[in-house]
Amino acid sequence: MQKEVMFAGFGGQGILLIGNILAHTAMEEGFEVAWVPSYGPEMRGGTAYCLVVISDRPIGSPIVRNPMHLIAMNRPSLEKFAPVIKPDGVVVINSSLIPVSSGRDDVDELLVPANDIAKDLGSVKVANIVALGAFVARSKIVDFEGIRKCVQEQFASKEKLIPINMAALDAGKKAANPNIS
Amino acid sequence: MAKTYKKPEALSDQHTHYCPGCTHGVIHRLVAEVIDELGIRGRTVGIAPVGCAVLAYNYFTFDFQEAAHGRAPAVATGIKRVRPDLIVFTYQGDGDLASIGMGEIIHAANRGEKFTTIFVNNTVYGMTGGQMAPTTLPGQRTTTSPAGRDVEDVGMPFKIAELISGLQTPAYISRQTVLKPKYIVRGKKAIKKAFQYQMEGRCFSLVEFVSTCPTNWGMTPVESIQWAEENMLPYYQLGEFKTPE
Amino acid sequence: MGKILMKGNEAIGEAAIRAGCLNYFAYPITPQSEVAEYLSRRMPEVGGVFLQGESEVAVGYMLFGAAGSGERAFTTSSSPGVSLMSEAISYISSAELPVVFVNIVRGGPGLGGILPSQADYFQATKGGGHGDYRLLVMAPASVQEAVDMVMMAFSLAEKYRNPVMILGDGLIGQMMEPVEFSDHLKSEPSNKDAWATNGMDTRKSKERNLVKSLFLDAQLLEEHNLALKAKYDRMKQEEVRYEPYNIDSDYRALIVSYGTMSRVCKTAIDNMKTEGIEVAMIRPQTLFPFPINPIRKAASKKGCVAVISFELSMGQMVEDVERSVQGKCPVYWHGKAGGEIPTPEEVIDKVRSFT
Repeated sequence: MQKEVMFAGFGGQGILLIGNILAHTAMEEGFEVAWVPSYGPEMRGGTAYCLVVISDRPIGSPIVRNPMHLIAMNRPSLEKFAPVIKPDGVVVINSSLIPVSSGRDDVDELLVPANDIAKDLGSVKVANIVALGAFVARSKIVDFEGIRKCVQEQFASKEKLIPINMAALDAGKKAANPNIS
Repeated sequence: MAKTYKKPEALSDQHTHYCPGCTHGVIHRLVAEVIDELGIRGRTVGIAPVGCAVLAYNYFTFDFQEAAHGRAPAVATGIKRVRPDLIVFTYQGDGDLASIGMGEIIHAANRGEKFTTIFVNNTVYGMTGGQMAPTTLPGQRTTTSPAGRDVEDVGMPFKIAELISGLQTPAYISRQTVLKPKYIVRGKKAIKKAFQYQMEGRCFSLVEFVSTCPTNWGMTPVESIQWAEENMLPYYQLGEFKTPE
Repeated sequence: MGKILMKGNEAIGEAAIRAGCLNYFAYPITPQSEVAEYLSRRMPEVGGVFLQGESEVAVGYMLFGAAGSGERAFTTSSSPGVSLMSEAISYISSAELPVVFVNIVRGGPGLGGILPSQADYFQATKGGGHGDYRLLVMAPASVQEAVDMVMMAFSLAEKYRNPVMILGDGLIGQMMEPVEFSDHLKSEPSNKDAWATNGMDTRKSKERNLVKSLFLDAQLLEEHNLALKAKYDRMKQEEVRYEPYNIDSDYRALIVSYGTMSRVCKTAIDNMKTEGIEVAMIRPQTLFPFPINPIRKAASKKGCVAVISFELSMGQMVEDVERSVQGKCPVYWHGKAGGEIPTPEEVIDKVRSFT
């Protein structure tokens, strides 16, 4: 079984990082993974996106026209990728910055005010981690404890940042499952 | 009878291919004598250029590499960076160093690569048949400047020793010649200094030699020496341009 | 040692260090500058040499000098940079120096683009520089394979005293995948004292060594070229590497594809299989020497009606595929050169149209 997740936003939102964290977690769980970035002029201030492919067998094409899931952190990203997501995929929309929906009724759309949640936690910079937490909680693509461990490792060299990032993950989870405390 | 003249160990028995009156032979010998005197033959690597001295490796008895046109300073950089214990020198002419290899020599000098360059300037491309070089004097006739070098068209000749002295990093820059015995003694001293500075681990060193090309200048050896003294030495002034502080 | 998630470019740099190569000379160029960035940090940690040259031209000759003095040396670059190094590659080949080049290919010609491409196939396998020389060319299809090939490349370069080129593409360089490094590289005892200018004192010899590419005498140049040819012929005998895929099925078509493109083809083959359509693939892992015989044999199988070369170029490898198949089956080509990688669906459409 192969699953693909598209992370998209603008440069500086930490798009590549959350893709990296998911890929790393999946690898630790024993999956084959590939992390494919966009690169080039668009790196410099424009849109940033990366695709994470997770599979239980060797990954063939790392280029996928129709990813299963989408995390859209800004409006152009949503407009670009929402139409190509596979039916039944999870589409996380950063509703703090995106005032519209995906326009799809065959996907599992999840509105997460990631920037607002992050601001409440003390730094808008962790909006990406909020979105990641929401996505993992909703899609169950990897174990949530696994992603917590991986975020901790990611910030091991900047220990001060661990608490806010853990809080961001949990806030994301809560946003994904508002009925579960 | 005591032997008063013998061939340096660093010089081979091969007859050179150089033309009668060419100064490469003298400069080769000076380099070889210095290497003998410093006792570094077993850890020296020379780099031959493209041009008349392309076969220089045949005339020395230590390790040698033969570079592509102008690239000797890059080759020397590669050797010296991976084997800092070796003594490395390039031996280059004016077309090789000052035209096609200008980029390599300037950058190697500016990085302060710890090798030595022996630069032989005779104002023409010798091997390819006397074409105009970056160091051809104003008005000087060559096979590609038949009416004489037109500085309005191609600019003034490069003064390499001065140019490289403008960089902060190099350790030792000198211009010498071998046109007469008195110059030869000074020329050898300069080569020796350059190698000694390298052995001390100091940065880049270069000795430029004002030289002749009787064949391509269309002169006898004696005439060419006279021409060089009268025409080259006023433009290419001898002396030390940079010494270590 | 466990798996770690690494970007292809960084993994390539680390692989060289693990292979015992502590000398890296390079000039930055997208999409592989991460190798230089990575090694500018790593080389000092391991006591190695990192030098950013003034141009790819100079870098080529720094490698010449370093390898000529008997030390392992390598560089990484991308297409326009490799064009500039091609002069040095010719000299290095003639002087028979073991140097490893990595080309993370981008689109061309000219400045082209910076997206993945395989348009340097001709440059790598059939020249680039002047004269009769060959590079041993390996093409990885994953980050792990790039690591394995880089490590192998140094042994092969030394075995043949010949430059080896790893031909990757932008995706291999930019993608992150899990990799594992083998701890120790087994390499043959070096014979460098026989040829390297490492100093007579170093090798306790009275004989000097000479590293050169000039042979003015016709007979000597002929002999030199014959010796080089014998080496290339030996590579053809001993170094052909390829991966067959679905080759035991009753396939209707045979795909020949390498690098990133071959991964797309694998997915296409798997998808066709679920629909009952059998297609096989030969994936060359060495582009020179090219797996001529395996391709001919596979193309000759009963029921195979088409051989298709899928490439990220306008049809370069297909010439070697035709040369291999020798008319035993119709040969087709499909490719893209703008930087976009064909999807599995596109591959399936093409296979259908050719069969």
